[in-house]
Amino acid sequence: MALAANKVDATEALIAAYPAPSGEGKWASDARARALETLRQTGAPVRRDEYWKFTNPARLLEPAKAATILATDETPMFDGVDKLLVVFVDGVLRADLSDDLTMDGLEIETLASAMSKDIHWANDIYGVLEANGQNPVSRPMAALNTAMATEGLVIRVTGKAAKPIALRYLRSGADADVMVHNVIKLEQGADLTLLENGPAAARFNSSLEVDIADNAALHHVRAQGRDHERLAATHMFARLGTESRFKSFTLTVNGALTRNEAVLEFTGDDAFATVSGASAGDRAYHHDDTVFITHDALNCESRQVFKKVLRNGATGVFQGKILVPSHAQKTDGYQIAQGLLLDDDCTFLAKPELEIYADDVICSHGSTCGGVDETALFYLTSRGVPKSQAQDMLVLAFMDESIQEIEDDVLADEIRERLGAWMERHRD
Amino acid sequence: MLNIKNLKASLEDEDKQILKGIDLDIGPGEVHAIMGPNGSGKSTLSYVLSGKGGYVVDGGTATLDGTDLLDMEPEERAAAGLFLAFQYPVEIPGVGNMTFLRTAVNSQRKMRGEEELNAAEFLKLVRAKAIDLKIDAEMLKRPVNVGFSGGEKKRNEILQMAMLEPKMCILDETDSGLDVDAMKLVAEGVNAMRDGKRSFLVITHYQRLLDHIKPDVVHIMAAGKIIKSGGPELALEVENNGYADLLNEVA
Repeated sequence: MALAANKVDATEALIAAYPAPSGEGKWASDARARALETLRQTGAPVRRDEYWKFTNPARLLEPAKAATILATDETPMFDGVDKLLVVFVDGVLRADLSDDLTMDGLEIETLASAMSKDIHWANDIYGVLEANGQNPVSRPMAALNTAMATEGLVIRVTGKAAKPIALRYLRSGADADVMVHNVIKLEQGADLTLLENGPAAARFNSSLEVDIADNAALHHVRAQGRDHERLAATHMFARLGTESRFKSFTLTVNGALTRNEAVLEFTGDDAFATVSGASAGDRAYHHDDTVFITHDALNCESRQVFKKVLRNGATGVFQGKILVPSHAQKTDGYQIAQGLLLDDDCTFLAKPELEIYADDVICSHGSTCGGVDETALFYLTSRGVPKSQAQDMLVLAFMDESIQEIEDDVLADEIRERLGAWMERHRD
Repeated sequence: MLNIKNLKASLEDEDKQILKGIDLDIGPGEVHAIMGPNGSGKSTLSYVLSGKGGYVVDGGTATLDGTDLLDMEPEERAAAGLFLAFQYPVEIPGVGNMTFLRTAVNSQRKMRGEEELNAAEFLKLVRAKAIDLKIDAEMLKRPVNVGFSGGEKKRNEILQMAMLEPKMCILDETDSGLDVDAMKLVAEGVNAMRDGKRSFLVITHYQRLLDHIKPDVVHIMAAGKIIKSGGPELALEVENNGYADLLNEVA
């Protein structure tokens, strides 16, 4: 179907806004050309698109403008963790601030380096998992990223990585409009923990493509920066082999508009995946988790656990889908999305979708929305706990189900600490 | 200790007065019991005193050691020395029993300008008190009251009371849902805290609890008022004859 004329114009304007990468290897320019083609077919997102009804994409598309950078006292996360640190400033990898890109059990290369080569293993992943994820729901911002991003890492994990890789996104420019694209290939039996943290940019479009081979495992913990005016559209595409494991958790506090998309596909039997998130927002905060999980194999388990605490008119969105084709018997799919509204003028919009064609599956979903439990609040205060602190305890307890999805207790505790600190800063 | 004068209170959402002029004076070290038929306002009295939302005080006063209770937030009342053992202790998933208890103890100490207990001091104290109440370490680790049996919940209330060391304890039907042994255990916990200074207000339906926690004064409450006060023998009278005679007597 041909796009409407206004959508064509918007799409061409979006493409023209970013410099077209050139001088790359053939595989790379082919991948970019395919992504551009996809983008031209689907068009830039508009509010009327089914999966953008709850989130207005306008600010993700409009010409970049200088944003006010707020003085922030945010300290980088995961500082106490033994890790391989890679620093991006305004989306540009800074070798001078990063550790050497070498570690036992894996190979790391910059995206630019991989793209410059004539042939590269990333050919099977870069833009490929993204393209798979465009159907049945289009993800134009991800196609844009594949077509334009020149920064990021290409990582091949062959064994158990000696320590986590931590991507730290720093921001110096007021108007940085940044794209980052990371590719991770986990070979059979490989194991990696990937950490991401930081404000990144005024507008951040990130894409992560992950290919997890049989018996491999990826642990992903991400904490998006807490700058208030930040706009972010992030995408995660994962392909899971037999008996593989994928655990991804995202903490989002603040940010004007955040859209986190996750697209997972089970291609091998007996695999496990969880995508979870804790999100906390005050005032002009719009946070959107959009998840699509396809069970294209037998006996796989997937979990979606999302918790949002909202104050003073903030908005939270959850769109989560589980697709189970007729051959994906013994699928176990779990989905929960809950909003805790601390004020009457907050909004929580949830759209759980289960599309199941197999007859021997367990799939459940739940979504709730409400305020703090007044009875519990009275119980705590009647024992002498001040009301604000009691409320924080209840909010953190509410959020904890999502944090428990993180396997590593040290990382989970750091997330709890950050969330607790946010609650303390945002009291009545 | 606790002085209540002509206390009247209504439900906030309905135009319905529950307490219609309560007068009660509990001296230091005294144990008073309140009995009364369902709906007489016993629990409401405990909620209004401890500051639960949803009630409006229409008149009267309530003071603890001369300090106006009704003007304070629930946490301030707690720090001032008031404690309510709930009829239905609240389950709070995700909040650890120990974390909660330590936060409560230290919040109160802070409000009173006392030094906070460190983790080791607190742990030592709570373990000792838990043993007396036959509360095992596993129970302390669990979220507040989640998965506790009725008896465990009530023992947990008494543990909190023992840790917080209030001046004035209100026990709202602490015997409900308890078997004989559990009731004895809870009563022992309460009796261990009687030191001649600490006062108790025991709300109950049954005389049985009062065999274990011996009251100095028994009050009969009906329709939002205390209609009769007397010695422990009054509880026995209720046990034998029910409330009908008493209600007729007053009417």
